[in-house]
Amino acid sequence: MEPLGKHMLRAELESFFDILEERRQSSDISHALRTFSAQPYHEATPPSVKALNRMVLESQFLRYVIAEVAAESGEPPECVKEEAAGILDKMAQNLQLSFIRLLGFSLSKIFKRLFRSIWVNEDGLARLQQAIQEHPVILMPNHRSYIDFLVLSYIMFTYDLSIPVIAAGIPLMGMSLIGEIFRRSGAFFIRRSIGSDKLYWAVLSEYVRTIVRTGFAPVEFYVEGLRSRTLKSLTPKLGLMQMVLEPFFKGEVYDVLLVPVSISYDRVLEETLLAHELLGVPKPKETTTGLLKARKVLEDDYGCMHVCFGKPVSARALAQGRVNRGQFNLVPRGLPLNASAELQEFVNGVAHLLVRLQEKNMVLSPWSLMTFTLLQSPQGVDWDQLTHKTLWLRTLALRFGAHLNWPAQLADSEVMSDSLALHHSIACREKGRVQLVEEVGPGPVTQEEAVFRKASAVLMCASYRNQALHVFTRPALVALAMTTAASPRKEDVFRRFCFLQELFANELIFIPGHAVQDFEEGCDGLQQCGALTITDQTLRVTEEEQDAIIFLTAILQPFIETYEVVCRILCEERFQTFSEKSFLSSVRDAVIKLLISGEVRSYECLSSNTQKNVLWALLRMGAVSKSRVAEQNEYRVSKAAVRRIWETLGGRVTPQVMSYSRL
Amino acid sequence: MFLKIIHACKTSKRKVQLSFCCMRSILSLSLSLSLSLSYFFFPFRHDIMKWNGWGYSDSRFLFNKKGQAEFTGKRYRLSGLILPSLKDWFEGTFGANLQHKSPATPALNVSAVPPPNLNESFVEELKAAGVALSQEPEDRVFRSHGHCLHEIFALREGRISRVPDLVVWPSCHNDVVKIVELACKHNVCLIPYGGGTSVSSALECPPEETRSIVSLDTSQMNRILWIDEKNLTAHVEAGIIGQDLERQLNESGYCTGHEPDSMEFSSLGGWVATRASGMKKNIYGNIEDLVVHIKMVTPRGVIEKSCQGPRMSTGPDIHHFIMGSEGTLGVVTEVTMKIRPVPEYQKYGSIVFPNFQQGVACLREVAKQRCAPASIRLMDNEQFQFGHALKPQVSSIFTSFLDGLKKFYITKFKGFDPHHLCVATLLFEGDREKVLQHEKQVYDIAAKFGGLAAGEDNGQRGYMLTFVIAYLRDLGMDYYVIGESFETSVPWDRVLDLCRNVKERIVRECKERGVQFPPLSTCRVTQTYDAGACVYFYFAFNYRGLSDPIHVYENVEHAAREEILANGGSLSHHHGVGKLRKEWMKEAVSTVGLGMLKSVKEYVDPSNIFGNRNLL
Repeated sequence: MEPLGKHMLRAELESFFDILEERRQSSDISHALRTFSAQPYHEATPPSVKALNRMVLESQFLRYVIAEVAAESGEPPECVKEEAAGILDKMAQNLQLSFIRLLGFSLSKIFKRLFRSIWVNEDGLARLQQAIQEHPVILMPNHRSYIDFLVLSYIMFTYDLSIPVIAAGIPLMGMSLIGEIFRRSGAFFIRRSIGSDKLYWAVLSEYVRTIVRTGFAPVEFYVEGLRSRTLKSLTPKLGLMQMVLEPFFKGEVYDVLLVPVSISYDRVLEETLLAHELLGVPKPKETTTGLLKARKVLEDDYGCMHVCFGKPVSARALAQGRVNRGQFNLVPRGLPLNASAELQEFVNGVAHLLVRLQEKNMVLSPWSLMTFTLLQSPQGVDWDQLTHKTLWLRTLALRFGAHLNWPAQLADSEVMSDSLALHHSIACREKGRVQLVEEVGPGPVTQEEAVFRKASAVLMCASYRNQALHVFTRPALVALAMTTAASPRKEDVFRRFCFLQELFANELIFIPGHAVQDFEEGCDGLQQCGALTITDQTLRVTEEEQDAIIFLTAILQPFIETYEVVCRILCEERFQTFSEKSFLSSVRDAVIKLLISGEVRSYECLSSNTQKNVLWALLRMGAVSKSRVAEQNEYRVSKAAVRRIWETLGGRVTPQVMSYSRL
Repeated sequence: MFLKIIHACKTSKRKVQLSFCCMRSILSLSLSLSLSLSYFFFPFRHDIMKWNGWGYSDSRFLFNKKGQAEFTGKRYRLSGLILPSLKDWFEGTFGANLQHKSPATPALNVSAVPPPNLNESFVEELKAAGVALSQEPEDRVFRSHGHCLHEIFALREGRISRVPDLVVWPSCHNDVVKIVELACKHNVCLIPYGGGTSVSSALECPPEETRSIVSLDTSQMNRILWIDEKNLTAHVEAGIIGQDLERQLNESGYCTGHEPDSMEFSSLGGWVATRASGMKKNIYGNIEDLVVHIKMVTPRGVIEKSCQGPRMSTGPDIHHFIMGSEGTLGVVTEVTMKIRPVPEYQKYGSIVFPNFQQGVACLREVAKQRCAPASIRLMDNEQFQFGHALKPQVSSIFTSFLDGLKKFYITKFKGFDPHHLCVATLLFEGDREKVLQHEKQVYDIAAKFGGLAAGEDNGQRGYMLTFVIAYLRDLGMDYYVIGESFETSVPWDRVLDLCRNVKERIVRECKERGVQFPPLSTCRVTQTYDAGACVYFYFAFNYRGLSDPIHVYENVEHAAREEILANGGSLSHHHGVGKLRKEWMKEAVSTVGLGMLKSVKEYVDPSNIFGNRNLL
């Protein structure tokens, strides 16, 4: 079978326009108050909020679930129904054009202050306009900053496109006033952890499906589930993904069009906050006062923002030959859907594909490329060398199909100094050497604090590298597999590659079941830059381009090191059973010690995000088991299994079972 | 003079029972006259019917010299009338042009017909038994096809593929017994032929069949054997054609009420073999409800029940092995059917709805209240416009003024959008008082769904459309337009979704496959049931610029069927499976189900004498 979305994963050059340009030249008020006439899907007129909510509450699905919940809990059905109505009230959006106008006005002001420009691909908008009229549209942006929450609505308002209904996290709603403004701008609110709350799940899913079914507005949601703290794509969540696809599976709509939207920033507002969160400093609660206090961020320069609307992906085209839609013929469509394994796999594949498309369309800044070299030289690097390496990397990135925002009209060195200046909070140039900037705080500091400050700088820098990581992932993984495989035979390298893919499945985005294509893509990339030749099913590194292999391998080194160190810590005696919380704090303490003693070199090992990913990976691979004890997840380590994975990672043991036959 | 006699014989439909030998001797007198002579002896319908199109030779649509459409002949209400708006509709809908013609081959090229592959000893014994037969190319070609688009298209182009090698005309049950016996003895393949209106490739000769293929034409078994007024049943030979059966029963004051759209040409045996459905099933039931007793001749012998009890609990109903067997098990020879007194009063009606959704909701409610009239059908907007294009020239200024007024009332006063509104057509039957009462009930329900009564005339025209639509396809084919209809049945809650998705799928598939003009993709709900409805799709497109239009057509129809199945529709409501939809049978009835059917076939017909290869 042809891999999911095979032809879609090619980047294309599109022309971008700066939407702030016009805002700087004409009045924001008249922009906000202009006539707004969007062409909706199938001439669907938006139902009133009341009517929509009634449709949801009176749906066969909800009636069924309410009866079921009532029977299980012993509560009278009316109470359960009331509860459902309460949930819905708390959840529902209340999109009003007047608030969009208000938002349009204030965002114009804010954006102009923060950004030099907001670049949008107009071709993408034209395609979107077409798509909205044909089928229900799902907007699937990545989520890197609070700022991107309403940016699509703003753009769509500017371009006369139907204002989307947006899935938002409950914490946003908690912000007094702001929550209500968001609600009236089309946001609906979802609890973070729904768990096994059947009623909540039912209300949410029926609500989303009803919106898709009626198609009066595009639905916007973050398939990654939450804001990425690392600026790296997150493994997609499947709940909402399945909900928006269901109306298509059940034939209630002809098709659903999924539009990947890639938002990228030259500089992310929350960069310091993100690094702190990764180091375990709790995130400040979203409050309105907090927001007001954050005003000072408005005074800084954040460069450009890029929004790229990808080509709409037809759910129908993806499902062709993969999903038997007839499977829903025998049960009323209003009843809860027990997704078959086939269907779950499909939904998972689609979600991953969309994240990959977000990655592909992402516009990368020169700074992102510079960080690769910066991170590989912890002691700092000469400006000339940084320039040299970054330009080399630029060629490589373009070969691998990356979208770069590298101004052609400026000299390369100017572009780079500009970038460096923009990121003065992360790195600085002194006497021709570029170094990471450590946070200044009251001294004297303890050893731990020093580690912490250093790590904070590294993690901040790493997050910009992460923005561009996906460009190099596959070639780097092949390079890594080659250096540790049992032999240079393609078969062995592929086996090694598969092991690494499985291990890093939470870290990097791979479409499930695409190992062969990923491997081929990686090999192609390496061959293109002349670092690899394949003869007689044997992979060989060319002498001249050995540096490329070393460089690519080094990109993944911080992750490898983290995985190794966590495995090592888990193999220690004291770990038997633990909770996630105790896991994180023990690992952090242990890593700090190892960093001080010099046994661990990369400060990225302190990223709690990566540490958690190791845990999930081990769980997935069966080396750790999870059980529910007293309302809490309890993890249990199988030391032998962890040790085996650890050793395999280090190349001391060859991975087992992976079959090469599909290649 | 001679021709006149022939004509007289044909129209009198008198049965001439002649032994084969006698006929043969006359035939040998003059070979050149053989064709006409064989007509002389048998009142075949095929001399008054088209050999490469639908229906009667004298009835056809054409564009006259003025470019106006007219319908020839005298048989239908539309016959002899000018249809002023058809041309605009035709050109506008399909992007067709009267300058671009694609005429059919005028006559059958006999030399293109492959010579018969005869099983001599079978033929000899058959002759000895006195069964009428023919190996004339015309006779064989006529029985080599149904009315699928690809079949008619090939005929129009003069392409002939595998045809039966011999045609036999049994005149009674015992003839059939004899023929089947001989077929088994000599291992020839039998394909039963009734009215020839199949739209499932059921009559196509399997190209892989190496034995001699014999078409068993039941048309001479067309008598009503008895009428039982006490039990209200009639015992009829299975070859009788629908309209003849109704007419003859009407003469005695009865009817079966079974009126499939093909009833002018389809046969009772064909109805049984395909599980046919009639327009007025709401009163009279479908074929399975109408049949009391069936006699079928199989290679294993004759199958029939021992009594005419109205319902039995004697294991699975053996009638249900027969109904829908599509000629794979044997020949239905005689059927006892329920009959009813001819209804006292009939009234057509129509309702306009603001949109299709409202219309479907109304039909659902009517079904829920179980008050459906004899027939209730809902056309979508495209079909409503199509129906409008078939309005004959208005005779008086007054009628045209009235039409204008109606249009004004509906579109301006009531605010119906002419591009969304749709029409339901109704037919009520029964005694006058009850009909009027029933009518009121239905119109009251309709009003709740925004429906407005739109007159008897519109209703009647709607039903007429069904009878002439097949003629219209022939007109289309003269101007590069090909089309077909297909049907399904589907639960109520999926009707709207299925209609929308299938129509959309057709449009998109056409575009993807290079069809230059947007297709006509339209549907109607033609039957209501407690738990669902029957939906009929019409699909046609202009094929100019396509090198293999039939291939494109078949691909689109295939995709449309996939879409139907994915949306919870059935493989067929009444057209049957034939060879056209065989590939989905396993999916439709499960592997075990198919195995059951196969094991019946295995037992009844181990040598595959009835080798049309339908269904299984």
